[in-house]
Amino acid sequence: MINYKVGIVVFPGSNCDRDIFWALEGCLDIKTKFLWHESSDISEVDAIVLPGGFSYGDYLRCGAIARFSPLINSLDEFIKSGKKVIGICNGFQILTESGFLPGALTKNKSLDFICNDCELKIMTSRGGWFKTSNVNINLPVAHGEGRYYCNDDTYKDLLDNDLIALKYLNNPNGSSHDIAGIINKKGNVLGLMPHPERACDKNLSGTDGLFTLKSIIES
Amino acid sequence: MNHFESKGSIRLRASVLDPAGEAIKSAANKLGVENIDSLRIGKLIEIKLEANGEKEAKEKIELLCDRLFANKVIEDYEYLINKEP
Repeated sequence: MINYKVGIVVFPGSNCDRDIFWALEGCLDIKTKFLWHESSDISEVDAIVLPGGFSYGDYLRCGAIARFSPLINSLDEFIKSGKKVIGICNGFQILTESGFLPGALTKNKSLDFICNDCELKIMTSRGGWFKTSNVNINLPVAHGEGRYYCNDDTYKDLLDNDLIALKYLNNPNGSSHDIAGIINKKGNVLGLMPHPERACDKNLSGTDGLFTLKSIIES
Repeated sequence: MNHFESKGSIRLRASVLDPAGEAIKSAANKLGVENIDSLRIGKLIEIKLEANGEKEAKEKIELLCDRLFANKVIEDYEYLINKEP
């Protein structure tokens, strides 16, 4: 795994790209490369992180404009080839807007911007993103539009295929069925609102995010 | 080529909670306007474009609404097209 390289996509308005860099390089000794969203050449990287922030100022809808960037267009083949992609917060919004993950994310029920540690329940370890299901972890959230929404058919599909990765114990934003994170059917794409990269150092918010970020380099 | 003007409105689907609409509704009550049954907000997009006839203009607007202006998982859209004189 020594030569494994993780691409961190940078959009105008991304603001967690440096946090991801710190978590991967500083805490986990994983090589990274920043990828400007206008680039469509992702052949150099083995996995991709779509970081949090406010791509394109969240204009129209969160992630709606980022979805049309050349890099996101080239993700389809990358994902089909089985390589891993994780979208965190705004990255999750981009993944749903692009149709790589089902459902949508919209304004928090309370309209508050929520910036807090959150207790979460791991629902599945499918895809290797989390160690064990039915275990609780603590990760910070920071979002104004993190309310996951899906209709009944999509929810059934999520349940039938074991695609719900994380649930809130104390649903802070009004998400459908307490959903905080989901995976695709193949298991190689994870989208979640909580920030694992902000929980990789015991001096900060604990280390419950380490496993998920480390799993990026494990197939 | 003809010039067309279109106004499209995008709203959260009725089944999706609109907390911003609810907040405005509570302010409306504070203003003294009561008995508001429902208040939901959305977006209005005005666009001017050129097309070879109304059919092509409609196709362009439909594509924009369907793929960009609205997220059909949570939103509905409708639009009007007028040919400019």
